[in-house]
Amino acid sequence: MKLHEYQAKQVFADAGIPTPGSALATTADEVVEVAEDLGYPVAVKAQVHVGGRGKAGGIKLVEDADEAREAAESILGMDLKGYTVNKVLVEEAVDFTNELYVGVTMDRGEGQPVVMVSERGGVNIEEVAEEDPDAIAREHVDPAFGLHPYQARKAVYDAGIPREVAGDVASILTTLYDLYEDRDGSDVEVNPLMVTADNDVIAADAVMNIDEDALFRQPELAEMEEEAAEDDLEAKANEYGFDYVRLDGNVGIIGNGAGLVMTTLDLVDYYGGQPANFLDIGGGAKAERVTNALDMVFSDENVDSVVFNIFGGITRGDEVAKGINAALEQFDEIPKPVVVRLAGTNAAEGREILNDELVTVEETLEGAVQRAVDFADEEGDQ
Amino acid sequence: MSILVDDDTRVVVQGITGGEGKFHAEQMIDYGTNVVAGAVPGKGGQEVAGVPVYDTVDQAVEAEDADASVIFVPPAFAADAIFEALDTDLDLAVAITEGIPTQDMAKVNKRLKETDTRLQGPNCPGIITPGEAKLGILPGNIFSEGNVGLVSRSGTLTYQVVDSLTQRGIGQTTAIGIGGDPIIGTDFIDALELFEQDEDTHAVVMCGEIGGEDEEEAADYIAQNMDTPVAGFIAGRTAPPGKRMGHAGAIVSGSGTGTAESKINALNDAGVPVGDTPEEVADNIEDLL
Repeated sequence: MKLHEYQAKQVFADAGIPTPGSALATTADEVVEVAEDLGYPVAVKAQVHVGGRGKAGGIKLVEDADEAREAAESILGMDLKGYTVNKVLVEEAVDFTNELYVGVTMDRGEGQPVVMVSERGGVNIEEVAEEDPDAIAREHVDPAFGLHPYQARKAVYDAGIPREVAGDVASILTTLYDLYEDRDGSDVEVNPLMVTADNDVIAADAVMNIDEDALFRQPELAEMEEEAAEDDLEAKANEYGFDYVRLDGNVGIIGNGAGLVMTTLDLVDYYGGQPANFLDIGGGAKAERVTNALDMVFSDENVDSVVFNIFGGITRGDEVAKGINAALEQFDEIPKPVVVRLAGTNAAEGREILNDELVTVEETLEGAVQRAVDFADEEGDQ
Repeated sequence: MSILVDDDTRVVVQGITGGEGKFHAEQMIDYGTNVVAGAVPGKGGQEVAGVPVYDTVDQAVEAEDADASVIFVPPAFAADAIFEALDTDLDLAVAITEGIPTQDMAKVNKRLKETDTRLQGPNCPGIITPGEAKLGILPGNIFSEGNVGLVSRSGTLTYQVVDSLTQRGIGQTTAIGIGGDPIIGTDFIDALELFEQDEDTHAVVMCGEIGGEDEEEAADYIAQNMDTPVAGFIAGRTAPPGKRMGHAGAIVSGSGTGTAESKINALNDAGVPVGDTPEEVADNIEDLL
């Protein structure tokens, strides 16, 4: 789960990390009002989960009220790589002399958290990691002990951070690790961490991604998730408790188990179609979940056909079939053709139960995917 | 022959009094697994699925000589249950639980380096040696006895591939689901090593997916250490970067590591054919046997 910049900055500021003065705005009038309060120059920053906001025109630096209004009008409502901007952060511009990077993440290979510091902030850190890995100092952390103070200092000195700010940067890194641990972060970073002419150190941007599996013990952050959902369909998926990812294609996909659903997506592509989504209904799905899943996929206006692929282990084919019938019987006319493939536990019973007038039944995964791709092609032509 | 579990394995089910724990304990017993006990704090003295329940894993080991556990404990308490299994010196602990916080698993991972207990999972379907024992939630009826080993990060994808094999008359020595989380116990290389040492395993299916670099490392291992032929499959070719595809571990990072392409290339370079479809994986196994 990704927090927005304004949410992450609030969490950082509450923990004592210096951040620029700022406020959230949703209209041009509010933007001007906040800017006047803060004093110019200010930055107007789109609050969407998209990398490279600046280059895409989602961040503007303004010097007066006219410019602020102009920036607000161009950014609010704009489409940034598929996301509509509804909120902007209006923030004091920092007059910096240097840009640093500090971050904490999980090193999967080691199975341990790692803290990172670099003097090359302000640019895409993943590119730095590839081109010049030595420019990033790293310290692995034993999660039983947490980050030792010497490790924070070592990372800062190894990265070549100027002495004048080394203490402050080490202290910010320690706070970041504490946040990572206390708030179940998956990635927590500041890029850029700006250094001013007076050697003040300020978090000019803030990234805080949270482990979705830990939200049960992070109620405050779980509330922020609702605020952070940007897409109506993603919000709906949260409500239903589905693993759902929206894609660009027109073949809707529902299945059980992440690997099998991914494989179904890949097969749609392999047979010349384009997947519209990833939707895993999970293990042991009962009729109601099946109904909700179909509702999700039909809510995506790009969808021209649906393939429903269930391999029953704990999920029972007869339960799924009943759910599919119940969901489709609610419609006077089925919105889009649905192809169903059931295998595994009680699959034969399930196929008996399915209403042939409502769905197309296929025996094999490959057959079902090809049929759904054909249907999508036909629908798309109309 | 088989790897890790057989009809001598004595199983304790952690969380046997919960809905899933009880259901799957019964299923495991029906399959012929030697389930000897359950362990649930506060529920000692009860009997569930025909086996005695103890308050601690330690008591279950003392009284019933259990040497392996299967963990059906909710995510909030699962890491604690894994620690209990590790600290009781079982041979094998299989964690089925999905959704354990990653930082809890980082702590478990640290402890794993200090113990001899093997952890499998979490977020996995378990392990089955057809005709002998299953520890977990795999549907026993699709498996058959034979000489193909199978290791996979995904449960239902395993079922799909096994079903194709079984329908062609190709049985399995052991199938092991290693789990879809970023931090797991037994990994591809551990499982491949065990299959390589097992005389009855004549070929191995390895089903990977996007995220991390385990498949690439496994490819290196295969190239350097394995005589047993391997057929591969990689799920997630069409996954966009930065999106978690269901499994917590199935995510292509922004910098492009963990892509299907990189994994398929690594496996091909190691001489492992990678099927475009699950049926092609079964075709490849037929060719390799």
